[in-house]
This record gives sequence, C-alpha cells and structure tokens, in this order.
Amino acid sequence: MECDVTITIALKEGMLDPEARAIQTALDHLGIPVLSLSTARRFRLRLEAETREEAEARAREACERLLANPVIHRYEIEVA
Amino acid sequence: MRFAVIRFGGSNCDLDTVHVLEDVIGVPTDLVWYRDGLQRAYDAVVLPGGFSYGDYLRAGAIAARTPIMADLLRHASAGGLVLGICNGAQIGAESGLVPGIFTRNEVPRFVCRPAYVRVETTESPFTLLYKRGDVIRLPVAHGEGRYVAPAETVARLNRDRRVAFRYCDADGRVTPAANPNGSVDGIAGVLSEHRNVLVMMPHPERASELVLGSEDGRRIFESMVAHCCRNGKA
Repeated sequence: MECDVTITIALKEGMLDPEARAIQTALDHLGIPVLSLSTARRFRLRLEAETREEAEARAREACERLLANPVIHRYEIEVA
Repeated sequence: MRFAVIRFGGSNCDLDTVHVLEDVIGVPTDLVWYRDGLQRAYDAVVLPGGFSYGDYLRAGAIAARTPIMADLLRHASAGGLVLGICNGAQIGAESGLVPGIFTRNEVPRFVCRPAYVRVETTESPFTLLYKRGDVIRLPVAHGEGRYVAPAETVARLNRDRRVAFRYCDADGRVTPAANPNGSVDGIAGVLSEHRNVLVMMPHPERASELVLGSEDGRRIFESMVAHCCRNGKA
C-alpha cells in the first residue's frame, strides 16, 4: 500500500535557534510581539510499504541517516 | 607523495587549495570530481570549502552521503590524512569522521573576516610544525560554523587534546568576543580519534602566501608533508 508519512524535525530542547531569534525580532519590529518562537522543518513522503510499521521504520531510517542530525535534532513521524 | 582535493558540485575553494598544494607547497595533487571516486591511493585528501549542494538540508549533509565518502572513510580508516576546510569541515562532521556538527552561527549572519586562532596541540600531522600556543591569523567565511557537540564529547575532546585550534584574540586569549560564531569552547578545529583527520572552519589555503596578507596557514600543509615524509613517503 502507499503510505503518506509526515516527518517533523526540530532542534532539541535547549538548543540555540538563531533563526527563530531573528524571526522573533522581526515580528517585534512589525508590532507583533510573541512570547516565544521556535522553528521546525516538515518533510512529506509517500512510500510503498506492506504495513504502517514498515513505513514508519523506513521514515525512521531516513531521519537517522540523513534528515536529522542527532547532535542537535529531534524528530516526529506520523503515518497517515 | 600525492594529495587529492575532492570537488563537489558547489565547491569553490577547490582550485585555491590545489594551487597552494601544487604551486606553493610543491605536492603533486589531483583534483578529483566526486562522481569519479578515489581511484588510487593518496597520502592525504582535502575536502575544500564552498557550498556543496547549495547547503541544502544542512551544510555538508548531502555531500557527506555521496558514494565517494565510502572511499574517503576507507582512506581514513587506513590512516590516510583527511583535511576538511570550512564546507569540508561540515562534510567531515556530517559524515562522522569527527564528532559534533557545525551549525548556524550564534548571530545569524555570514561572518567573513580574519580571525585569530590558537594552536592547541602539536601532536597531529597537521600542526606538528607549529608551537603549542602559537597565535595565527586565518580568514573565516561561513554562516554555519558554530561547533556544537554534547558536553561529554567536548570534555573528551579537551581531555584527549583533540581540539586543534581555538578562536582567540591577538594575544591568544580565548574570549567570547574573539569567537566569531558562538562555537562551544571557542572550538575552530577538531581532530579525529586517531588524529589523522582534521576539520576546521578557518581557511588556511587563503593564508598561505604573503601576497594574500598572511602565510600563517601554510604550516598546516607543510606539517602534512613533513608527516608523510617521516612515514617514508617521499
């Protein structure tokens, strides 16, 4: 079956996020104050798998081997 | 003795590096297109600076997964020298040749200026012609040069003297103000466990001729040659 998988990759808790800090400053300049802001990246994959577990396992391997860097990132996988 | 410089799509310091190795240092050097693989044995392989794959995903992440990296890992496991400069350092870290990652600068700005770094160890094939504590001036030019690693990894790197260079001021003091990117402990260059791989964000190839304002970086390449000569590869 074809599975749609969504992978969200974000910085681990406590990691400095200079991009988020710059964006928050720009929002301040626009008069849109926010208390905190963080960024994440979303990947949408469609893949062929026998089961949802197989789809999730392949997505996990994609995260471990390329999409995320374990030094700074955490990731979440959702199989539709 | 023969060195190689690997050119990826988006490398832009490859020819500068070949020029320094061949014309300044005098080592026969092959410029190797990444798709061709390493087709012969080399004493040292340099991963040059640039923007491989346009820094997509993370700087160095895609180049680090190209097939030539299997050749490079074999070369490194056999004790061959690997020098990663700037984008080459990012590729080296992404490929696991050294621990940690070079990521977005603390202030999200591309820094392009001369920086002072302190030589932290001479026990490596890349720094053996320096003196410990030497302060040298090398250009930095990067947006993702902040070295990050888990605290226990940084402690191990410090303990094992695997930090080759640290950002410092002109007097050799390691201070936050002298740190151009927010790297942990001011780390500018890291050695692998067996010390035959060095990755560094500053550009020694841009500081190897007086006409460019500094020769401070040349001894890195000369150290590599001296190391290879000591090992009987004239």
